Amino acid sequence: MLSYFFKRLIMIIPTLMCVSITVFVVMRLVPGDPILLVMGDVKNPELIAQMREQLGLDLPLWRQYILWLTQLLQLDFGQSIVTGAPVLSTMLNSFTVTVQIVLVSVFLAALIAVVAGTLAAWQKDRLADKTIVGVAILCMSIPSFWLGIALILIFGVQLQWLPTVGYISPLQNFSEGIKFLLLPIITLVLAEMGGILRMVRSATLDNLQLEYISHARAKGLGEMTVLFRHAMKNSFTPTLTLIGLVMGGLLGGAAVIETVFTLPGLGRLLISSINNRDYIMVQGIMILVSTCYVLINLLIDMLYPLIDPRVKL
Amino acid sequence: MAALKRMLSLARLSNGLLGSALLLLVLAMSLLGLLFSPYGTIEVDFLNRFAAPSLEHWFGTDEYGRDVFTRVASGTFISLRVSATAVILAIVAGVFIGAVSGYFAGWIDRIAMVIIDSIMAFPGLLLVLGIMSALGPNEAGVIIALGIAYTPSIARIVRGSIFSLRETDYVDASRLIGNSEWTTLFRHLLPNCITPIVVISSSIFTAALLSETALSFLGLGVPPPEPSWGSMLADSRNYLVLNPWLGIFPGVAITLTLLGINLIGDALRDRWDPRAETP
Repeated sequence: MLSYFFKRLIMIIPTLMCVSITVFVVMRLVPGDPILLVMGDVKNPELIAQMREQLGLDLPLWRQYILWLTQLLQLDFGQSIVTGAPVLSTMLNSFTVTVQIVLVSVFLAALIAVVAGTLAAWQKDRLADKTIVGVAILCMSIPSFWLGIALILIFGVQLQWLPTVGYISPLQNFSEGIKFLLLPIITLVLAEMGGILRMVRSATLDNLQLEYISHARAKGLGEMTVLFRHAMKNSFTPTLTLIGLVMGGLLGGAAVIETVFTLPGLGRLLISSINNRDYIMVQGIMILVSTCYVLINLLIDMLYPLIDPRVKL
Repeated sequence: MAALKRMLSLARLSNGLLGSALLLLVLAMSLLGLLFSPYGTIEVDFLNRFAAPSLEHWFGTDEYGRDVFTRVASGTFISLRVSATAVILAIVAGVFIGAVSGYFAGWIDRIAMVIIDSIMAFPGLLLVLGIMSALGPNEAGVIIALGIAYTPSIARIVRGSIFSLRETDYVDASRLIGNSEWTTLFRHLLPNCITPIVVISSSIFTAALLSETALSFLGLGVPPPEPSWGSMLADSRNYLVLNPWLGIFPGVAITLTLLGINLIGDALRDRWDPRAETP
């Protein structure tokens, strides 16, 4: 067991190296001289040369990469080109907003999906199954930003139950803050539920045909016990993988939902940095999010042997 | 009992039919709008701003008095063109990389997998947004970014299929009669991987279409004034309270198209996926 954890832990080092190389390469694709982006319209060639040397831009590419990587390892993400603020603290501020929404909505989506997907598999090809699968496909087909706008119009503008735009941290003022997060979370739950639900359903369908289920039924266990204690144990492993992918996908794709609800999250920071051509910030966000994604997948891989004793590396 | 079973299998079949019908409906409406609409997609008419849906303007007009029906119709082809080109790019690159690395294995495989894995280490739209920030918001940028982002999933599927087939007898037979490695791979092995490629392509197509609309919603897609579903929705946000049709029609168009492709993809999977249950 310990050696599984250890091996898996070692495996993320090359992955993170590849991530950093990819980000480095993509950011070097940016047309134009990076020095002019940093300094703006400075005409003094001496100053430019001095700055170039200071930033290490006169070095060969591989040395620039090593230099950048050592800075990253010391958690030095540099300063924003536009505001001059340190990239790391700016990112972390926005990141907390995104993480709240993503964690809560993925948890709720998974909960609903596991229950509904298991029931759908149990009722295979009956009306309940068709309805659940139909709703799931519909949820997968409605773009989250459209759903978000519709919810704002219904609950914010027409019914005036909830504020439409803005953000108050629920850590400071829970009852007010939660009002701003309710609609984004509902939107994300609906948008992400469908995929997980279908995965749970097909995994449960496979399991329900296995002998241990017939055995459990023959023992006289109730259907709900068979479904949720016995079948679910086996269908949860592939589902967990998908949940990890969805969670990572949302960390990288929350930009859309944050734009709809004007939440000051990481996705919106990324979009505004792209629009402001703030490459240092874009680079930092790409590293932060993909590192989190790699770590989420690592965590889930480490959970496998705890859930499923058959898993060995 | 037999009658019930027949009805159920018909219902399963009808998923694909319903999907095709939805997709055809959107395409037919769009073609109609593109060919017969008296208005241009960027033709402004300031006397007729925010006109409600009527016989002259089926879907109403927007803040510049542009005909929403014409714009939604033309947006169909922009969104489909961008996402279809990106998917084709991903299929060509993914099939080539996957086939070569699965067949030749060894160091080629190892290098390919390192590249594939490092692309896959970026979740969701992140890599696409990163590439877009380097290439700038234009159609070619979106296509290249989406194409790169979806190449790995196809490459992995193809590699897996080729890997499981490369030790079979007919591969040996093809080599024995003197076919070159490339002929064996592309003429004899690859046709056996068509099914998984088709199934994965349909799900990639929905993902690409959704990403394209999301990118143009974020202002990083096909640049205005070209009508795209995403940017139309983004523009409509300021006027929705009084003019809901500005948001309803592009949204319905996206949803119907995605629903159509999702249903077709489901039917394909049910039909062909070896893992899907047999009735």
